[in-house]
Amino acid sequence: MTTETTQKRRERIDRGIKVRSESLYALNSFEEIAYLLTPRVLLIAAFVLMPLILSPWPYWGRVGLSVCILALLSISFDFLANYVGLVSLGGAFFYGVGGYMAAVLNTELGLPPVLSIPVATLLGAGFCTLALLPCLPLRGIYFAIVTLMYPLLMTRIIEAFDILGGTEGFRGIDGFSGFFTEQYGLILAMFIALFGLRRFVNMDGGLVIRAVKDNDQSVRASGISVTRTKAKAVFLASLTGCFAGAYYIHMYSNVGISSFALDLSIMPIAATIIGGAGTLVGPVLGAAILVPLSEFLRDFGSLRIVVYALVLTGFVVFRSEGLMNYMTRKYQQVERWVKI
Amino acid sequence: MFYDILVYGFIQSAALILMAFGFSLVYGVSRLPNFAHGAIYVFTGFIAWALFNTVGLPYWLSVLLSILASGGIGVLIYYVILRRVRGMEVSEVIATYAIGLVFLEGLRYAGFRGGTYTLPVASDGVSFIFDVPVDHQRVLLMILGFAMVALIWLLTKYTRMGRALKGMAQDERAAMMLGIDSDATAAVAVALGSMLAGVAALIIFPLGSLVVEEGYKVLIYAIAVCVVGGLGSWAGTVIAAFVLGYSQYMTVAYGKPHFQMVVMLLAIIATLIVRPSGFFGKQKQLEERV
Amino acid sequence: MSTHHTKEPILEIRSLSKHFGGVKAVDDVSLTVNRGDVVGIIGPNGSGKTTLINCITGFLKPTKGTVSFHGKDITGKKPHKIADMGINRTFQIMRPYFSMPAYKNLVIPLSSPRAKRVGGWRGGGKHGDRDTVAVDILEELGFERDSRVPYKMAGTLPTGYLKRLELGRCLALRPELIICDEVFSGLSASEISSLVPLIEKLNGQGITMIMIEHRLAELFRVANRVMALSYGEKVTEGEPDEVINHPKVREAYLGSEEDF
Ligand SMILES: Nc1ncnc2c1ncn2[C@@H]1O[C@H](COP(=O)(O)OP(=O)(O)OP(=O)(O)O)[C@@H](O)[C@H]1O
Ligand SMILES: [Mg+2]
Repeated sequence: MTTETTQKRRERIDRGIKVRSESLYALNSFEEIAYLLTPRVLLIAAFVLMPLILSPWPYWGRVGLSVCILALLSISFDFLANYVGLVSLGGAFFYGVGGYMAAVLNTELGLPPVLSIPVATLLGAGFCTLALLPCLPLRGIYFAIVTLMYPLLMTRIIEAFDILGGTEGFRGIDGFSGFFTEQYGLILAMFIALFGLRRFVNMDGGLVIRAVKDNDQSVRASGISVTRTKAKAVFLASLTGCFAGAYYIHMYSNVGISSFALDLSIMPIAATIIGGAGTLVGPVLGAAILVPLSEFLRDFGSLRIVVYALVLTGFVVFRSEGLMNYMTRKYQQVERWVKI
Repeated sequence: MFYDILVYGFIQSAALILMAFGFSLVYGVSRLPNFAHGAIYVFTGFIAWALFNTVGLPYWLSVLLSILASGGIGVLIYYVILRRVRGMEVSEVIATYAIGLVFLEGLRYAGFRGGTYTLPVASDGVSFIFDVPVDHQRVLLMILGFAMVALIWLLTKYTRMGRALKGMAQDERAAMMLGIDSDATAAVAVALGSMLAGVAALIIFPLGSLVVEEGYKVLIYAIAVCVVGGLGSWAGTVIAAFVLGYSQYMTVAYGKPHFQMVVMLLAIIATLIVRPSGFFGKQKQLEERV
Repeated sequence: MSTHHTKEPILEIRSLSKHFGGVKAVDDVSLTVNRGDVVGIIGPNGSGKTTLINCITGFLKPTKGTVSFHGKDITGKKPHKIADMGINRTFQIMRPYFSMPAYKNLVIPLSSPRAKRVGGWRGGGKHGDRDTVAVDILEELGFERDSRVPYKMAGTLPTGYLKRLELGRCLALRPELIICDEVFSGLSASEISSLVPLIEKLNGQGITMIMIEHRLAELFRVANRVMALSYGEKVTEGEPDEVINHPKVREAYLGSEEDF
């Protein structure tokens, strides 16, 4: 865009409507309300209508749910990485713990899904938080390495000690009572996680968590325990992850060591980075792209992982801001070229 | 039995040194975590196999070419990926790990799995060490394991490039002020590290068969050795390799082979929790300046 | 100068040392701070002032020696525990939350267990609207509310405001003892003269202060006792006039720097 004589740069200006609608009290026309609500309504409508549209094809209904499952895992990753500053490479740990917990509760104790899922979510999150507690002072690459090892350790322990069904896992877990229960239960949970966390990070408690990422020494100097704050955040993230695992095993009625598999840790990272890190909605968008893509690549076996990994590398290396951040910018700002 | 443990534990330790030294070198010199390490390990084995079996080159030439190729891959990984995300630790980890996945899962897709792919051993004979029979490939492994460490040590002591590497390892900023090109040095470090992974692969693979899973295993072993020894500390790497090598061999001798991996994973987690700077490195305990 | 002369010791440092390898950053320093004091700590660059503060506030573990607060041993306690007891500090290298607006920076300390327990600044922060309390504190510190300075991102604020934001974090916690690490440096003369009354006012409310300063003239307006450090060792301690005339202080401190 530069010629020899004049230099230009791109100037970005917030749209007037964005500035005015930033504070809720300034809304004074339907146009402004619509401006604020349209993106949210589109997202909600898409997921609410999804089961209705997909109901003739149960297989694709399940694919739709896989989007929600991956979305939950990605939200959990995004929250930890971009709001707390803990980059976890072991999302599968949360997922697997939730899954196994629900399987035990259902097959051994006979709890129905309505009970086993919430109980597994809570107990699982407690377990994950306790397990990660000693690692919380670690930063950057050290935390990344240690979290990468947790799911691997779980698989190896289950294999080596032949516990929890060994390599076979659990089968014959109760399913859901109907197509629409299964669909809307998960969609509702995803919205609770998404909007709940989005609200939480802007409340005072969430602010403290974000402060830890910004400057943990200052948080200490404010008389707040950094480890405890991080533990709270990890608990929230593991709630989200464990729920995904617990729900999923009830959908497919079995669980095995593949619940701790690597792609369950990698896919959420890919979804988050593609969708837009640090937005919490971005991961949902990323999941909605990656899951259908992986359906189309299903016949190509491990080529799927090659494709994700390549896309992921590309996004990381070229420091892409992700779709969501890009779209937000386009929606809220006008751009023009100015001479300098 | 005692001599069995002594000798085979030693062999296991030497194998760990071979697997981990490349990773440790790269991290030590340029603070770059090369999570594609395991993938390069497997890929080099595959290139050697293909050159020998498919192209039909003599074995020594295949070995030489595949090691050079691994160095080339290292340089490529540095210039295409790592250079652009340098300093952002987590991006470095994710990007190199993802590119490693591309190699490994690509090989798997290409049908490179099962026990059918093997590399020939250098010599079929058997020697006796303390009356314990050891085949020649393992003897070679021991010798090369230590030759490798000695070579790198000599390199850092007596060559210009080596001194540059060492300078970078100690204080990157000071080294840069003395006119050492940080980019070129890091690229050389990644290339050297990858070639070390390649050498390890060509020595260790003839003992088993070429499988993709080895890539993940080697990455974890390398991380375990480096973490326990102190990330970036070369002396620590060697000592930790012995500690872990012997404990691994003991678990195999007295327990189930499944526990081999459990030992490594637990070692990583426990070390990071108790002493993130590692047990054997003489890394200074960093007290953050407030 | 403070009018409080009740000799009730609040902070006692006994032969505190901190060594980094061979460097004796703080070497056998003792100091007693009484309630209501404003104690100045002076010393050339690298004389161990910040290190001493870090040892008191728990950010570093002392090699030797003890620190006690209200007679209770707090040596080696966790920094957040010490902050929770009411010893609050500023950082020489400012540590704001860059990605948040200035007033949100103060919502963090206002949400701390201490603020919830004792009530932060003027009892605010116990519950309810912490944002308003935060803006009030900032206004008190000279953030112009009319020009919306409190609502600007901390990352865009100039040094002067960031220094005051550091002080704001202490105030939000309703401190008993504030330890300031060079709050005046980097401020203009007029900014300092607007802060001095505030410090006098806080001291008047019974808050004890320790102030590390290079700006001696301003420091001596507020301090009633001064300790001088050099190479980690205590040179002397006493009334400001005594200290400034001490030959060793002149030699170690003023001899090299004439521009006071
Ligand atoms: N974390 C550390 N590791 C090693 N040495 C340190 C560390 N922190 C401080 N030092 C050394 O301790 C000595 C005292 O430093 P300190 O920061 O306490 O000085 P200061 O009096 O605050 O100086 P200034 O006036 O510049 O702020 C210096 O020689 C410094 O280099
Ligand atoms: Mg200082």
